[in-house]
Amino acid sequence: MTARTGKYTLLAEFGVVLALVAEGIIFSSLSPYFFTSENILNVSLQTSIIAIIAAGMTFVILTAGIDLSVGSVVAFTGVITTALLHLDVPPAVALPAAILAGLGVGALSGAAAGALITGLNITPFIATLALMTIWRGAAFLFTDGRPIWGLPDEFAALAGGRVAGIPVPTIIMLAVFAAGYVLLNRTPFGRYVYAVGGNREAARLAGIRTGRVILGAYVICGFLAAMSGILLASRLNSGQPNSGLMYELDVIAAVVVGGTSLFGGRGSIVGTFVGAMLIGVLRNGLNLLDVSSYLQMIFVGAVILLAVALDRFR
Amino acid sequence: MLPLLEMRSIKKTYPGVLALDSVDFDVLPGEVHCLLGENGAGKSTLMKILAGALAADSGSILIEGREVDIDSPTAAQALGIGMIYQDFKLVPELTAAENIMLGHEPRSFGGLFLDRTATDAAALAVLAELGEEVPMNAPVRTLSLAERQVVEIGKAMSRTLKILALDEPTASLTSPERANLFEAVRKLKALGVGVIYITHRLEEIFEIGDRITVLRDGHNVDSSSVNDATGATLIRSMVGRELSGEYPRNRRGGGETLLRLENISGGAITGVDLEVRAGEVLGLGGLAGAGRTELARIIFGTDPIEGGRMIFRGAEIRPGSPREAIDLGIGYLSEDRNRDGLVLEMSVRENITLPSLPKVTRGWFIDKKTEGEACGGLIKQLTIKTPDMNRRVEELSGGNRQKVVLARWLMTNSRLLIFDEPTAGIDVGVKFEIHSLIDSLAAGGMGVLVISSDMPELLGVSDRVAVMSGGTVTGVLARGEATQERIMELAMKKVGKGSSR
Repeated sequence: MTARTGKYTLLAEFGVVLALVAEGIIFSSLSPYFFTSENILNVSLQTSIIAIIAAGMTFVILTAGIDLSVGSVVAFTGVITTALLHLDVPPAVALPAAILAGLGVGALSGAAAGALITGLNITPFIATLALMTIWRGAAFLFTDGRPIWGLPDEFAALAGGRVAGIPVPTIIMLAVFAAGYVLLNRTPFGRYVYAVGGNREAARLAGIRTGRVILGAYVICGFLAAMSGILLASRLNSGQPNSGLMYELDVIAAVVVGGTSLFGGRGSIVGTFVGAMLIGVLRNGLNLLDVSSYLQMIFVGAVILLAVALDRFR
Repeated sequence: MLPLLEMRSIKKTYPGVLALDSVDFDVLPGEVHCLLGENGAGKSTLMKILAGALAADSGSILIEGREVDIDSPTAAQALGIGMIYQDFKLVPELTAAENIMLGHEPRSFGGLFLDRTATDAAALAVLAELGEEVPMNAPVRTLSLAERQVVEIGKAMSRTLKILALDEPTASLTSPERANLFEAVRKLKALGVGVIYITHRLEEIFEIGDRITVLRDGHNVDSSSVNDATGATLIRSMVGRELSGEYPRNRRGGGETLLRLENISGGAITGVDLEVRAGEVLGLGGLAGAGRTELARIIFGTDPIEGGRMIFRGAEIRPGSPREAIDLGIGYLSEDRNRDGLVLEMSVRENITLPSLPKVTRGWFIDKKTEGEACGGLIKQLTIKTPDMNRRVEELSGGNRQKVVLARWLMTNSRLLIFDEPTAGIDVGVKFEIHSLIDSLAAGGMGVLVISSDMPELLGVSDRVAVMSGGTVTGVLARGEATQERIMELAMKKVGKGSSR
């Protein structure tokens, strides 16, 4: 994938990287606290939840698809995982089992989306819109609308902990992007993702089993949404059935700002990382400057438009 | 006679490329002026300038002796310039009449409502002038390609029409449809319209053209009356050199049977018996819709077999997907490479290795060194012209794109290759190269099936010609007995039930 990881990607991401640098310079000059290691770690921690899902969404959007259900998957896996922690088993068993179960549920949700899209030929927008409603409803039904509290301390330590001073979610996020990069750029599966998104019929006639590739992309996306769901539940120290609301939009924004085409076949996971950071840094900087949250929303929207418009002019 | 159109010293540069260098072009009333040239010679650029889609850097355009400024497609339309592109610009859900009158529909109630009856009547009147008929009240998407083309011409005629440019109008027409189109062009001539006719098929020029202008690398190289031109002189001016013998033959012809179809049915295909031998080129002729592509798709595992037996290299096979067919040693080069052959935004290398990635994968990862070496060898072997293998395929010319698809099927070690219209949209110079490649593949022991609607190509390239009609094979002709007349006879042959049209 030299073409994309070489000069083409650098060019494609140049605009976003530039915007990120500009943002950093502006906020550094306005707030002395901004460019401290503590604040930078803080931004990475706050952005990690959205960024991890965005890594998965990159696969889906590269296949010319979309997954609107990620926010609901966050909530549903959060309540499933926290509910399992309440079972009467020793924490040493319960913790890994609950996390694995949560991740499994996410992967299954992705598989369901993929099966609806490739098996029944339902458009991704509609299939995942339906799943979005179904998982949200399931999360509320399962908890009767009430949060699940009273979790073991070890669970809260997951997202609250630090290794060598770096927050655990930040480490997980970096690992996810590194793995995603290798998968997309070094393996046959990654190349099939680009081929299917670029021209599905040509990919099929070249012997690619396009259904499996698309299914794989949704499974990855669901799995990573579940990972974020578990991390979020750990940060909130509870299973909240209304968590992750509207996350799908933040996630899609990060992917698109990062230069991935909604029509599929073009884009990169590095771009998604920069895109997520661009939005995360903006929120953080505006917070430091005490800008009202209402005004923040307007700023974020404007920056999304600006980033995509710059992309057009290139 | 005062020319309808004069384009004088038209110059156009793109960054780094001189697309048109002082090109002169004119059209007289009631003549068909053919515009010839290889892809990239500047034909499209010249036509886009005429249509107001591009602005020339310098030069002037005169309509009936008066200098005009064509700065938009609307301005071109107002001046009576009509342009029909290969991909029609019709609204698929509107009827033929609505498309013809699009943008200036008759209205009722002081312009508040559309007047359907008047629209239909106006559209009918236009087509009557052309001597054509199409279903008026069905959505255009349900019409055949030929009918859509008539609608396009009618749409241009519904406004003042002085000059009409047709860009490769016969590319996907059957012979009777083509004859019908030529009738319509003659009607336009009689009405005094100046027709600009762009084509890759030389024989059509002699049939319909009055004058010829050849462009090469953005220059006028030749302008003559059709009566003074021959196929050979035209090819020489287009390519800029003499092309040696038209269809190379270094192969010895059929060896043992490679593929045998016994009473194959599926979809539009019924009861096909056919044999392809190792080392031969079997041509597959017939009119559009005769089922040739459908048969290829069955062999390649794209469409299901419903009945009959397929024996390949001595064993019965039933490929259920392209993947299975590829693994058996079958490769398919589709007619429209850009639509379903290539992933245009991926590189030459990625397109070549797409079906063969497992071969160059070590453990979980693609071994880029092995992959690059394999591609480098194929690029050299097929003389694919690309600055490097990481260039996107969309930057390559049509002929080189075709070679990329071919390289792909050589890398999978295909034993049988199916070419569907191998040189459609490919320059004359590169056509010869493709024909040489087909010959050398067969000489190397491969079986080659060539579907072609280009009669000289079909006759020139094949060892035997099978002809299809109505979803079945109506006859197989040996090289000696295959003539244009015999092929047409078999192609028009009516077969069994369900073979209407």
